[in-house]
Amino acid sequence: MIVRILGEGQFQVNDDMAAKLTALDGELDAAVQKEDDATFRTVLDALVRLVRGSGAPVPDDQLVTADFILPFSDATLAEVRQLLAEGKISGDSLGMP
Amino acid sequence: MSVMKRVSLIFRAKANKALDRMEDPRETLDYSYQQQVEMLTRVRRGVADVATSRKRVELQMNQLQKESDRRDTQARDALAKGREDLARAALQTKASLQGQLNDLQGQYSQLQEQEEKLTVASQRLQARVDAFRTRKETIKATYTAAEAQTRINEAFSGISEEMGDVGLAIQRAEDKTAQMQARAGAIDELLASGALEDHVGGTQDYIQAELDRIGTGSDIDSELDRMKGELASNAPRQIEANANGEANANGEGSAQGATEPSATEQPQAGEGS
Repeated sequence: MIVRILGEGQFQVNDDMAAKLTALDGELDAAVQKEDDATFRTVLDALVRLVRGSGAPVPDDQLVTADFILPFSDATLAEVRQLLAEGKISGDSLGMP
Repeated sequence: MSVMKRVSLIFRAKANKALDRMEDPRETLDYSYQQQVEMLTRVRRGVADVATSRKRVELQMNQLQKESDRRDTQARDALAKGREDLARAALQTKASLQGQLNDLQGQYSQLQEQEEKLTVASQRLQARVDAFRTRKETIKATYTAAEAQTRINEAFSGISEEMGDVGLAIQRAEDKTAQMQARAGAIDELLASGALEDHVGGTQDYIQAELDRIGTGSDIDSELDRMKGELASNAPRQIEANANGEANANGEGSAQGATEPSATEQPQAGEGS
């Protein structure tokens, strides 16, 4: 599967990491909902480390979409909440008609 | 639903919406490419802006450090002249300068990190834009509606995600740089107004004025005082060293023998007792 870390690019991650990623992702979701800043930071750090550590960067000339996207490694809880709540990213940045 | 999945869907929704609106996908490829090139320019400008901010912070750090060093020298000078009150005032100013320096150091590291990340991001985007251009020409050359649609969708979604990522990154960088510029502006004003110098007294650097006034006449007196002080503080140390030497000889062996004063004193003490 392909995981993107915002600000860092895409990583090809082995499928056997899926269980670990899903578990952490669940914890991240819970932290976001409970607005638990400390847990959010710890879990996001763990996720970012896992993807960086176990994944290989997708070559730059490959144009593929990611299966999962992680927030910026230094994203704040508020930032992530806002992105999820709005459900969209601002338009001018996408280079689309 | 999971956070990672939701974020990826947000990115994908954006691309899908655009794809749905396309009438002739081939024309849209050209339009999209043009947008990508504009985005590249924007990212490069972003990198340059962050670098400018970083240099500005660096310059301010140098100025603050120089001012802090000057206060340190003043404090030593004042102490040597027996003016503890002036030394204290100089050190107070120095402490407040150091506080500001620490704050700037933090900003500097953040800007440096951001600059590095954006530089890498702009290189990645450049490579992907190049790949998109190649793909675009191939698709246009071999266009048969059904086949092309799939390939366009792939290339388009891939590049959109990259553009979305870089777009968000550059937006964050712009926000942060704007915040830091506001703070840097405040420090520039502070430095320019001489407020740092006036900080302690009402008049222009009264510590320095006072030190100058005391002048060289008292330098000799204070030098003498300091020498007296040094002699006085050396005497008890020698007594302590003797006491140590005796304790070693009497009891616990040579564990402390390595320390310099007792090393010379020990044999004598041993012989003496």
